[in-house]
Amino acid sequence: MPAPLLEMRDIGKSFPGVRALDGVTLQLYAGEVLALVGENGAGKSTLMKILSGAQPADRGSILIDGREVHITGPRDAERLGIGMIYQEFNLVPALDAIENITLGDEPCSGIFLDRKKAAEEASAILAELGITIPVDVEVSRLSVAQQQMIEIAKALRKHARIIVMDEPTATLTENEIEKLFALIKQLTSTGVGVVYISHRLEELPRIADRITVMRDGRAIETRKIADFPPEDVIRAMVGRTLEAHFPDLPPVKADAPVVLSVRNLVRHPAVNDISFDVRAGEILGLAGLVGAGRTETLRAIAAADVPQSGEVDIRGHRLAAHSPRDSIRAGVAFITEDRKTQGLILGMTVRENITLAHLDEFVNREFLIDRAKETAVASKYIAELRIRTPSDEQLVRNLSGGTQQKVVLAKWLVANASVFLFDEPTRGIDIGSKSEIYHLMIELLQRGATIVMVSSELPEVLGMSHRILVIREGRIAAEFSRDQATPDKIIAIATGTVAA
Amino acid sequence: MAAFRQPQGDTEVKTVLTEAAEQARVRQTRMYWLRIALAIAALLVIVILVNWAAGGSFLEPSNLIRVLRQITYQAILAFGQTFVIITAGIDLSVGSLVSLTGVAMALFANAVPFHGFALILATLLFGVAVGAACGFINAIPVVRLNLPPFITTLAMMLMAVGLSYKLCHGRPVALQSTDFSHIGYGLFLGGLFDRLHLPGIPVVVIWMIVIAIVASVLLMRTRFGRYVFALGGNEEAARLAGIPVARVKTLVYVISGTCAAIAGFLLMANFSSGSPNTATGDELLESIAAVVVGGTSLMGGRGSIVGTFFGALLIGVLYNVMNLLGIESYTQKIVLGAVILLAVVLDELRKRYLART
Repeated sequence: MPAPLLEMRDIGKSFPGVRALDGVTLQLYAGEVLALVGENGAGKSTLMKILSGAQPADRGSILIDGREVHITGPRDAERLGIGMIYQEFNLVPALDAIENITLGDEPCSGIFLDRKKAAEEASAILAELGITIPVDVEVSRLSVAQQQMIEIAKALRKHARIIVMDEPTATLTENEIEKLFALIKQLTSTGVGVVYISHRLEELPRIADRITVMRDGRAIETRKIADFPPEDVIRAMVGRTLEAHFPDLPPVKADAPVVLSVRNLVRHPAVNDISFDVRAGEILGLAGLVGAGRTETLRAIAAADVPQSGEVDIRGHRLAAHSPRDSIRAGVAFITEDRKTQGLILGMTVRENITLAHLDEFVNREFLIDRAKETAVASKYIAELRIRTPSDEQLVRNLSGGTQQKVVLAKWLVANASVFLFDEPTRGIDIGSKSEIYHLMIELLQRGATIVMVSSELPEVLGMSHRILVIREGRIAAEFSRDQATPDKIIAIATGTVAA
Repeated sequence: MAAFRQPQGDTEVKTVLTEAAEQARVRQTRMYWLRIALAIAALLVIVILVNWAAGGSFLEPSNLIRVLRQITYQAILAFGQTFVIITAGIDLSVGSLVSLTGVAMALFANAVPFHGFALILATLLFGVAVGAACGFINAIPVVRLNLPPFITTLAMMLMAVGLSYKLCHGRPVALQSTDFSHIGYGLFLGGLFDRLHLPGIPVVVIWMIVIAIVASVLLMRTRFGRYVFALGGNEEAARLAGIPVARVKTLVYVISGTCAAIAGFLLMANFSSGSPNTATGDELLESIAAVVVGGTSLMGGRGSIVGTFFGALLIGVLYNVMNLLGIESYTQKIVLGAVILLAVVLDELRKRYLART
């Protein structure tokens, strides 16, 4: 067998508190499509970032054609013939296809751009690929599929021999997917190797030659596609038994009233038709792939994005919210996925963040903010939630992720929230703080709160939900009680391998 | 909240601070005091040097009061601008609004049959209404369409000054009443200060101080002020926390327009006329410079009225000192520009330092 086109050996990478890659080894041969699959957080993206020079590895080596190479930046990767096609394209929207394809290496005559030569070169590549797209209109006016073709052409013009595609079919129609697959086949016939990252297991037999499954920062298993049935792939992806650090969920009382009722919620393009009820003292888990519409569902309920149609009732009262302000008044707390950009004002103090959503309560008769009352309330929550901060005057910027999350929770408790929408409640939080957040969620339940939780960590969904909805393409694909749910079932439905 | 675990005492909570947070706190406090000490020392050295170079005339009370008098109008514009800039916006129309409101108020005062206090109050309210309305118009496209305030207030700048010239056919409108003279160039409690052999404080300076106090309380102590900071710090997080973003944003431009109107009022009173070419020169940019030099970040989320006051004071002192030292006016501009550049460079370095820690 010839030397692999690309070999990554024993790649390791750690971030503060997380071991993202723990000795990954994989090979890509010329002319093949290697599918890279794994749950969110398995390490696929980090591995590809290392290959593209966006991040340095802590250890390990990369070999191309059997020779070790050193990739210290995107330029190196480009020179070595590595082309990345990300989900978010790196095209300049206001330039046309010719200008984008030749960007960074424009043909020139003297000091002037040689538009004619650029057009010839771009057309030649597109013709070679059998692509017909309008080359002289702004790429922002082209379809996603057409933009993707331009990305591929751009990579080929830089003589890419290794092309990494991250979820290339996520936003394509079936017809466009056919064309993409035909294009990939043509690429591989010329000796290009393709690393194909996808969550859509059902499409892999149509395109991939081999599958490598990643889990917890390791390459767990690699097999030829014919010897790797979907059940085995899913088993390899999930692998572990549930970790036992979840607290016991108190059962939902038999007579607990429905608090949050969602009917036929629509918010294009991500939320297509979502209905569910959640009762007091219940945690409803929303599982699904990234982009399935889970976060968007929470945003629509909280009126962070106002839904186009559908109803949200809270304790039987219709919530016709036009802004988050309205939903907050109705007792809804939206604990966003990204604390730093959506949940907190980093340059403000713990005190100021805690009181922000309910400042009315702290305004005295002279229309001034009662600082002493603010401090008293902030100190009370700092103690009760065990917020690890030197004082209530600390800037939240300086706190750890778990501590910041508690500040967010304190803010919503001050605002008298009773319906908590958690989006990835423990993302980027260390293990110790995770379990504290779980306990806080249970304490919220004991106060009669109602919780809807989106999580991409399957163990978290399974361990911290009374019921689980699997969302796929903006609709509810399946519902499981806590006892019925297994990781295999959820992944199978979320990835579309089986119908519900 | 009784269902929550009771803490085992505050001491425990305080002893479990993460090490990083504690270090950051110590470093912050140390940096803070170091900065203040350095600033005071540098200021003292500069003042003594300058006073010596100017033959002792800088520290004379009459000169210090002159400085305050000179910065009054710019400072008032800068107070309004501070609100806008803390929301990460900008208001380029304030200079033109001074011109427009000045002319409009002079025309108004000459047309209405009031006298004395009623005339003064009616004229001021009319001017404030005009300024506030222009600020409101500034805010509409910013709030509704998310257009950059740079361009919407630039458009207002052109329209307002054009309208100002059109209203008065390009000629200053002389005030027929002399009721405004005490505000314009009178002294506050002049008799009392005279008897104590002290130079009197101009009434306009008192206006500036009162506005500074009101603006500072509004910004630092009210819910609205807190929302201004939240909005500038992180607009999306502020919106998701239920803050009425559109209302707060609108209000900051209204406040800026109002401050422009008050400055226009005082200038009109000072000149005894409403002149279209008032404050259409460097005033706008110097007011922005005062805000930025005063520590308010153009990226939003950080700033203070007190800082802005000192920013305006710094610019005023610089001009004053350069005048005392006999530095020609062209050179003065170069020095002023260099000082402003230095201020923003320091702001950027500070931000990078924060990002690193």
